[in-house]
Amino acid sequence: MASIHAVTVPKWGLSMDKGAVMAWHKQPGDRVRKGEDLVDVESDKIANVVECPADGILRRQVAAVGDVLAVGALLGVVADEEASDAEVEVLVTQFQATFVPMEAAVAGGPQPQVVHAAGRRVRYLVMGEGAEALLLIHGFGSDLNNWLFNQEPLAAGRRVYAIDLPGHGESDKHLDTGSVDEYAACVIAFMDEVALSAAHFVGHSMGAAVALCVADSTPARVRSLTLVCPAGLGPEINIDYLTGFAEANSRNALKPMLSQLFADEALVNRKLVDDVLRYKRLEGVREALEKTIAAQFAQGHQRRLLRDVVGRLPTQVLWGAEDRIIPPQHAEGLRADVAVHRLAGAGHMAHMEAPAEVNRFIASFIARGL
Amino acid sequence: MAREISYQQAINEALRQEMERDPSVLVMGEDNAGGEGSPGERDAWGGVLGVTKGLYPKFPDRVLDTPISESGFIGAAIGAAAAGMRPVAELMFVDFMGVCFDQIFNQAAKFKYMFGGKAQTPVVIRTMVGAGLRAAGQHSQMLVNVFTHIPGLKVVCPATPYDAKGLLIQSIRDNDPVIFCEHKLLYGLKGDVPEESYAIPFGEANVVREGKDVTIVTFGRMVHLSNEATAELAKAGIQCEVIDLRTTSPLDEDTVLESVAKTGRVVVVDESNPRCSIASDISSLIAMKAFGDLKAPIEMVTAPHTPVPFADSLEDLYIPGPAKIRGAVERVARYH
Amino acid sequence: MTQLSKAQLLQAYRTMRTIREFEERVHAEFATGTIPGFVHLYAGEEASATGFCMHLRDDDYIASTHRGHGHCIAKGVDPVEMMAEIYGKATGSCRGKGGSMHIADLSKGMMGANGIVGGGGPLICGAALAAKYKKRGGVGICFFGDGASNQGTILEAMNLASVWDLPAIFVAENNGYAESTSSTWSVACDNIADRASAFGMPGVIVDGFDFFAVHEAAGEAVRRAREGGGPTLVEVKFMRYYGHFEGDAETYRGPNEVEKLRHEKDCLLRFRNRVTSSGEVQASELDVIDKDALALIDRAVAKAKADPKPKAADLLTDVYVSYP
Repeated sequence: MASIHAVTVPKWGLSMDKGAVMAWHKQPGDRVRKGEDLVDVESDKIANVVECPADGILRRQVAAVGDVLAVGALLGVVADEEASDAEVEVLVTQFQATFVPMEAAVAGGPQPQVVHAAGRRVRYLVMGEGAEALLLIHGFGSDLNNWLFNQEPLAAGRRVYAIDLPGHGESDKHLDTGSVDEYAACVIAFMDEVALSAAHFVGHSMGAAVALCVADSTPARVRSLTLVCPAGLGPEINIDYLTGFAEANSRNALKPMLSQLFADEALVNRKLVDDVLRYKRLEGVREALEKTIAAQFAQGHQRRLLRDVVGRLPTQVLWGAEDRIIPPQHAEGLRADVAVHRLAGAGHMAHMEAPAEVNRFIASFIARGL
Repeated sequence: MAREISYQQAINEALRQEMERDPSVLVMGEDNAGGEGSPGERDAWGGVLGVTKGLYPKFPDRVLDTPISESGFIGAAIGAAAAGMRPVAELMFVDFMGVCFDQIFNQAAKFKYMFGGKAQTPVVIRTMVGAGLRAAGQHSQMLVNVFTHIPGLKVVCPATPYDAKGLLIQSIRDNDPVIFCEHKLLYGLKGDVPEESYAIPFGEANVVREGKDVTIVTFGRMVHLSNEATAELAKAGIQCEVIDLRTTSPLDEDTVLESVAKTGRVVVVDESNPRCSIASDISSLIAMKAFGDLKAPIEMVTAPHTPVPFADSLEDLYIPGPAKIRGAVERVARYH
Repeated sequence: MTQLSKAQLLQAYRTMRTIREFEERVHAEFATGTIPGFVHLYAGEEASATGFCMHLRDDDYIASTHRGHGHCIAKGVDPVEMMAEIYGKATGSCRGKGGSMHIADLSKGMMGANGIVGGGGPLICGAALAAKYKKRGGVGICFFGDGASNQGTILEAMNLASVWDLPAIFVAENNGYAESTSSTWSVACDNIADRASAFGMPGVIVDGFDFFAVHEAAGEAVRRAREGGGPTLVEVKFMRYYGHFEGDAETYRGPNEVEKLRHEKDCLLRFRNRVTSSGEVQASELDVIDKDALALIDRAVAKAKADPKPKAADLLTDVYVSYP
């Protein structure tokens, strides 16, 4: 039975409604494997690569480099040798005849919501349905949008929450101290507010330290921990990045900071920088970031170390091998039952640079735990 | 929260948030509330186009209607600023600057310098600029270049709702006199604007669109007409980089020159008349500082050297449109 | 007997004498060619600035004219710094960047002499508006000339002050000439004060050579303003001793016009005569003040001549509070 797969423009993030084809990695006739990089697509916010959906041969490149297509549009066709050219042609014709580009709002589906938890406004986004719940917690200076390659795939058969921590995104900007404990208390208050009794936590960077802190104080709320490039496992940190990020108030000052987050600096495009700049200019953000730095770091080192929390409940650590913010060496010497995975070619934002791998690790980790 | 509001609402919100934050912020101008002394409603107009509506009920002692005496109340705003308040005065149409220009360019602009640094004049003068409303010669000018010429003034021209709110908040907080130019045709334009307060620094141009072939330098409403032109040009394979100056004084030279270094080809788009304009200012700057980068002569797309005509057919010819912009970009792109 | 204390009488005389000596000396120095630019002398008009400013505090504001030295001294601006400013030196009130027509000291509520005729009217409305918000009973006085009384800015300012109920006082110093033309010709009505009712405020006329008359009318107007009674227009009638500017040949004046004024009307002479004949002050006490004033001005001129000019780098500073 011939298997024919349409490769389509994926939706990365809430507001993406179209993408531009930047480069093909494979040519018609090439043998391809499931998960291989197939074609680079760029939305106005971010560039990423579309992976091959199945083993087979790339039969058609429907979209050419430079084409701008709606989310869901046909990029190409992968099929095995058994599929005839005629069958491939039929798929293409039928697809193009019936394809209707969705409005961003319709295609968007879930929209972020706001709750008030312990006197603070918290923005969050919840997607998907399922027996297992996940809670994604971003890092310093970031927001729930940084899970744009992760939240939707993980929401297949699971209920996935992503929040904006206080001082970040569109949550309240006020912080009392900016300590990890304060952030953790806010996360717990949020969970209470949305009646989320427990979840599998996925934390990035400072968000991982926050997750560890919640696991430390109220372990009953945490089903498992996935720590992505986590803070809290060792004292070293690129403090110049943190202070530089907090101080930067122009494109030229911010861009070199953001570039340090990625192994591939080309991912830091103008729109990304502008979005971060817009966030940084909001009232109270500078103070929030500076308070956080003062509370969580001393003499350029992390204050709150939570290594002993690692492993009290099921924990895995994913680390971008080229992380320039927190050294991946912090994952060495952990308990033997803690899985540690190095992600080659990824920097500190490993969940954005190697999303498919990260999503697979999370999915299989959660499944194993059931 | 990011939500969509209009340019006009963004300005209103900036005023409201700053008045909430700082009791020394005043709003004054002709009909800024409306109805003063009249038998009917107070806050009858909230400004001739409703931009300041709703402020008077919230701050009844800080929103002042004025008689029609620009010299008097613009000068009063300036005097009040020198005496410690933060007035936001409205010069209803920039075309009326003739009757109060002395207070602006000889008094406000020069106090700090002439008094040896021992004064500051944190006044904002909001004013409507631009053509397209069929308002004819005395209600449709830009005149941004005239203010830009004067040392001691800062001149701001937001093109989007996001920029309007952030730049007005910055203007109110700035300790120098600021001329804040609101394009009449942009009032209804909607865009994402955070509910929270934020300030955009002066002297930072916005790269609205990136492109490797031709640089378009522009400001105000022309940003949007340039964007229309660039969409068409992209189809023809010409990728334009569009730079919105945002503030003509202070001017972000670096962003302009960086872009010229990249593309080597420049079109400057300015709704004003061409002589001694922002366009000619930018053109001379580029010619002087980026001569080696240029692969083609600089082109300016401006209005003709005439007053703004009334008849719609003529006004539409007067205003530089996407077709004219496209023509200039194509010439510059093809030049060898 | 006057209604002023001895201390006040001595203060008034000192202020007027300081202004007189200042102006006479500038007149002499200007003729030697050492003073750059334009100067406009207030000699003869001292009673006006003194009579009004004696009722003011540092946080009351005044706006002045191109003929501003007298207002500056009466409001408390340091005459030594003023002289240095006139000479364009770095030690001047404005660090040499303003000159005679732009001397200001906002810490003393002096919003500046002004090179634009009528420029101060709207500015004082602003200061008076600010005073209302500050709620400390502050007032603003706009000094302007008979020439400025015809400028749109002054008319607008008077209307605005009434409409907004501002604690502002408009002092029309009618010194007989606006540049070379007579005020009796250029002002359409008989008295500038006649315009007051047109703008909804009381109008008062005083003899500008009589310090006591000015002081009393000024007190009335300032009190009204402080108590929330709104603006007043006071017309001070006198004559200036010198030309519109130094270098003015004054061919438009009548024969011996100034000589007659100095003998028959001079405000300092009249003051001296009045307070000595009533016995409130001894002539010798006034003589001491005369000497002090001369010494002060001597010191000011010597210092102004010796002090350095601004440095080249000062050219580019103070355009803005912040860059950008």
